[in-house]
Amino acid sequence: MDFKNAKELLEICEREQRSISEVMRQRECDLGEIPGDMADHKMNQVLEVMRNAAHQPLKNPAKSMGGLIGGEARKLSDHAARGKSICGEVLERAITYAVAVLEVNASMGLIVAAPTAGSAGVVPGLLLALQDTYKISDGRIVDGLYNAGAIGYLAMRNATVSGAVGGCQAEIGVASAMAASAATELMGGTPRQCLDAASTVLMNMLGLVCDPVAGLVEYPCQNRNASGAANALIAAEMALSGITQLIPFDEMLNTMYAVGKHIPIELRETALGGCATAPSVCEFCGACAGER
Amino acid sequence: MSFVSVFDVLGPKMVGPSSSHTAGAAVIAYLAQKMITPPLVKADFTLYGSFAKTYHGHGTDRALLGGIMGFETDDIRIRDSFKIATERGLKYTFTPCDTETEVHPNTVDIRMENSGGRVMTVRGESLGGGKVRISRINGVAVDFAGEYSTVIVIQQDKPGVVAHITKVLSEANINIAFMRLFRESKGCTAYTIVESDGHFPEGIVEPLRENPNIKDVMIVEP
Repeated sequence: MDFKNAKELLEICEREQRSISEVMRQRECDLGEIPGDMADHKMNQVLEVMRNAAHQPLKNPAKSMGGLIGGEARKLSDHAARGKSICGEVLERAITYAVAVLEVNASMGLIVAAPTAGSAGVVPGLLLALQDTYKISDGRIVDGLYNAGAIGYLAMRNATVSGAVGGCQAEIGVASAMAASAATELMGGTPRQCLDAASTVLMNMLGLVCDPVAGLVEYPCQNRNASGAANALIAAEMALSGITQLIPFDEMLNTMYAVGKHIPIELRETALGGCATAPSVCEFCGACAGER
Repeated sequence: MSFVSVFDVLGPKMVGPSSSHTAGAAVIAYLAQKMITPPLVKADFTLYGSFAKTYHGHGTDRALLGGIMGFETDDIRIRDSFKIATERGLKYTFTPCDTETEVHPNTVDIRMENSGGRVMTVRGESLGGGKVRISRINGVAVDFAGEYSTVIVIQQDKPGVVAHITKVLSEANINIAFMRLFRESKGCTAYTIVESDGHFPEGIVEPLRENPNIKDVMIVEP
């Protein structure tokens, strides 16, 4: 079984009355030529690396290689522990885990690219937050990862997930679309609602540039992982409420890709524009160049 | 087009911070070192596009050096690859090139030299999400991703060489997934790249070499 776009995926789901995660798992078994339990075993390993990366900085905050970030996840969790969170539990946890994963990544620790390293916090952030709040089993979270994988596969196949090619919308945007679709399925949405949620995210993050300060995958990348998790939650809530989208996911992917090609080279991971050239940043870089 | 697995999307498991600039770089160098007999004594890296501009901050240099020493993307030793290279007596240089712009944004040229004085150059492109493409070997345009078990045959562009290759593979009962031929120009050096779903046994190298027009045979496992 295979599908080339979201339209075909949806046809399979509706014809066979199966979820996106089930179809993606079947595709992995068929084309990857591995039995289902081995695929699930590998996916559980993915989940374990994700979970470790999401929790480690809460106990042991670490300064990043470039010194731009470190300790943010701990601040968020301490803030929530004091009863001060204004986000509500799911969102508060989601952004905490999302920034935690980026902290691990930026200190050259072990993470799972999802779909990239710079966007690695979004999917685990939201899924682990939903697991905490709604007591979802690991088995179901693994389903959510297959669902997210389907969305990411379509983006890799039909557009891009590289910030150097399509800007941050291709990294955080796609990660957020993956998380939105997975969250929608986990919370009882239909395959069509999953794809609508993914479409909503790409729409809301369209045009986002990739402008890493000092060329490091740290800042504003970490902030944007938090915003990617939040955008995913918004889109999932809208889809679950029954709001439908005029623009289907395939079209939004094409749109995202077309917009990405129009983003100037300075705003595609070259650190030559955007946040990377704000005056305060140049001051910071000057200081750190002096230290080196 | 090769199969995109769910574990390509949710993966690789990798040492940060960038799938294209750290993990992808490590994969390119890892594949490159598989094409030359160890041990390496020198590795020179020329970086293009975004690689040239941001390689230091992304740890691209550590990842390339780690890959050339055989470290995989989730090998935490990548952090310390400068130190490890020095301990192993491997010399290395990194040279950003800003003048050549007609290349994929994340491109690296790797020049390797082994203890026997043999030199080999490989160009790789990091496509995002840890995916890569090898686009040149010794200056000849090629195209493979290193996702399958791959045999690279360096040969003289003469009749009968390809037939010899397919005969040897057929006798070893190997199912060919992809097979492509690349050459400098007519009669010069050519490269046959064969990818298989299974694994190429080491035992096929000798029979392949029996053809006098075959100069070298390399097996690259993913």
